[in-house]
Amino acid sequence: MTVEDLIGKGIFRVVAEGDDLSREITGIFCCDLLSVAMGRAPSNSAWVTVMGNVNTIAVATLADVSCVILAENAQPDEMCLARSRQQGVTLLATEEPVFEAALKVHQLLCG
Amino acid sequence: MADVIALTYDISPDDFTRAGEASSDVKSKLKQVGVSPAAIRKVAIAMYEGEINMVIHAEGGKITVEISPAEIRMILADKGPGIPDVEQAMQAGWSTAPDEVRSLGFGAGMGLPNMKKYTDEMSIETTLGVGTTITMVVKL
Repeated sequence: MTVEDLIGKGIFRVVAEGDDLSREITGIFCCDLLSVAMGRAPSNSAWVTVMGNVNTIAVATLADVSCVILAENAQPDEMCLARSRQQGVTLLATEEPVFEAALKVHQLLCG
Repeated sequence: MADVIALTYDISPDDFTRAGEASSDVKSKLKQVGVSPAAIRKVAIAMYEGEINMVIHAEGGKITVEISPAEIRMILADKGPGIPDVEQAMQAGWSTAPDEVRSLGFGAGMGLPNMKKYTDEMSIETTLGVGTTITMVVKL
């Protein structure tokens, strides 16, 4: 499933479209501690978090995840939005809690 | 002998909004010269953790990155307070980061362990009250 496919499901609100929507999503990672996410989030995963600050985008870029999903209606701050556009990171959002958001992606990945 | 590309970055103190810029720049430069995505990811993670440490603990510093066909060498030098107990600092979960840093999602005590995990060589030279220099190497 690509990022574009995930967006097409209409489950998540699109906050910012990244510069490569054809990227594959091959897994899911959930964590709010950025240092843990940095070390553990697999590349090409969908990263579900409630942390919507500028450093979230830095971690997403450097850990090379496919997209970031902000759960619990977490609001990205202005700098986070600006950086996601600048770095071409796809930022999605949902009111669902972290587990439910991740589960939905998992169900799509596993059919 | 092939050329070594050297990049240097000044890391600003107490500026979390800029932390990651140097790592992102290195990442894009490595991509341009055709380094494998797996090696780029290792360098990016290790260097970003180092950047964050310099912002949190050391009032900034300087990072030099040397890119050669065989390896990528990162030298992170700061004039911070030094690390009193390196062995303790290397333990996952050990952190002296202040609360405001934790509220940003850092300070989990994973910085140095992540740096070690993602590099092939890592050495720490530190002197209390003088500063710390960390050298990390990712083999290509």
